[in-house]
Amino acid sequence: MMESLSRSAARNIFFGGSLFFFLVFAGLTAHSHWYMVNVSTDKEGLTESVAAGKHVWEKHSCINCHSLIGEGAYFAPELGNVWTRYGGRENPDAARAGIKGWIRAQPLNVPGRRQMPKFDLSEQELDNLVDFFRWADSINTQGWPPHPVG
Amino acid sequence: MKYETQRVALPFFAVAMALFALQVIFGILAATVYVLPEFMVDLVPFHIMRMSHTNLLIVWLLMGFMGCTYFLMPEEAETEIHSPMIAYIQLAIFAVAGAGALLSYQFGIHEGREFLEQPLWSKILITISFLMFLYNTSMTLLRGRKTAINSILMLGLWLAAIFWLFAFYNPSNLALDKLYWWWIVHVWVEGVWELIMASLLAYLLIKLTGVDREIIEKWLYVIIGLALFSGLLGTGHHYYWIGAPGYWQPIGSFFSTLEVAPFFAMVMFAFYMFWKGRRNHPNKAAMLWTLGSATVAFFGAGVWGFMHTLHWVNYYTHGTQVTAAHGHLAFYGAYVMMVLAVVTYAMPQLRRIQPFNQIINMWSFWLMTASMCFMTFTLTFAGVVQTHLQRVMGINYMEVQEQLSLFYMMRLGAGCVVAVAAVVFLWAVFGPAREELPAGETGVANA
Repeated sequence: MMESLSRSAARNIFFGGSLFFFLVFAGLTAHSHWYMVNVSTDKEGLTESVAAGKHVWEKHSCINCHSLIGEGAYFAPELGNVWTRYGGRENPDAARAGIKGWIRAQPLNVPGRRQMPKFDLSEQELDNLVDFFRWADSINTQGWPPHPVG
Repeated sequence: MKYETQRVALPFFAVAMALFALQVIFGILAATVYVLPEFMVDLVPFHIMRMSHTNLLIVWLLMGFMGCTYFLMPEEAETEIHSPMIAYIQLAIFAVAGAGALLSYQFGIHEGREFLEQPLWSKILITISFLMFLYNTSMTLLRGRKTAINSILMLGLWLAAIFWLFAFYNPSNLALDKLYWWWIVHVWVEGVWELIMASLLAYLLIKLTGVDREIIEKWLYVIIGLALFSGLLGTGHHYYWIGAPGYWQPIGSFFSTLEVAPFFAMVMFAFYMFWKGRRNHPNKAAMLWTLGSATVAFFGAGVWGFMHTLHWVNYYTHGTQVTAAHGHLAFYGAYVMMVLAVVTYAMPQLRRIQPFNQIINMWSFWLMTASMCFMTFTLTFAGVVQTHLQRVMGINYMEVQEQLSLFYMMRLGAGCVVAVAAVVFLWAVFGPAREELPAGETGVANA
């Protein structure tokens, strides 16, 4: 097979094919972008507080212990569906109080247990963060995770 | 070494290897926390260790790629580097950006997206340094001979720089953030970096085996074609669960299965050229790293990637230790080993001596490769157990983690052996040259 293929033919196949697949990829990404903005996520629910919550999430680099929709460090629990896990879909007030209380209680100092550091978050930041979790929980993830434990 | 300016590569390799050592240290610290959760908890929290570990890897690999490029470009282009001064300046900028970011992490100063934690000033310095590097090497290429190897290498480097620009775009819609984050992370490591890897592999094979350039370069185009044809749409395997349309499940599964092909082609290519080659190059250690890189990349990136890439498998394994297992062996085989291969090949020439300390170097190859494989196996077993307990049986995360402690202990042990192997490697290439091969002959290594 390799004998009948010349170097310049191989080069042309590479450039032509790569360009083709890049254009398909870019096109599908553009469609996915539209789909994410309009269909799979809550457009109206993406408030300033959710955006601020995402910033709190990033400022403290939560992703380097936790995972969020399966991406992150796998050292601490999945938080993409933490809102569901705390029963936020049935009882939002209790879930909000529960998540905030858990973050405030850190570090737990249970011997032999992984420690979450103490982050000095204001009441405002905690509410933003919970709003972000709630919004993330509403993303249509094609049924992932398979079980609410994350 | 035919060209004086190839020596520019030496400080790049030196800095890259120093950061490699630091990367391993932070890896061991983080692995220790898995075993002893209270370890250094008030001094350096886990998330800082982990971002230091991953960032150091990326920075030293990029620095290694730059060193490799400066070393091979004059030979391939048959002309001196455009400006050694620019090279030293951009190295200094890059080192300041990388070391500065690492230092700022220790004080809790960082951005918050995985692998893109560098503070903005550091990101900007990285961009400036990389553009200076691209200018310098592209000018050299434009003035000299254009081969498939140096052209594809430069194409890979330019594309890496272009896709890096997505690091500056961070939408508040989390799904969109992830959509474009993968345009850097996936398109780098399963796309354009493969162009860099394949061209370095082709360069080493020409030098070490003496097979005709015509044949090597034809293979090179076939390999990188397979890499991009499969790898671009293969990004779909990251779009299964992040809010993207359902069509990514069949597309991602199909094309990312094909991502095995370029790695299979590379391992075939390397061994075929090795058997076909007539040149008996004295640098056996470089040959070992070259063949080893192609082989471990095939298993780490190819086989371990395929293992959890089909969407109905990934539904259960996504975000477990299976991913960590794949990540470790893939990066090690494809990129770490390839840079170490070039370093092993180049160092005797940069030091103007015959290939030296080869036995020690090969010891480090086997120690490091065996322990990285062992680490991958332990993480794979941990991942399989975790997948079953957590994703199938629905036991909660922290309880499941307690069941994995044996695997984490063995992973820490493997990491310590990697550290020993890294020290042995550094000693072999930078330490005193105790034995040279072939003794007394000159000129052979420069062939």
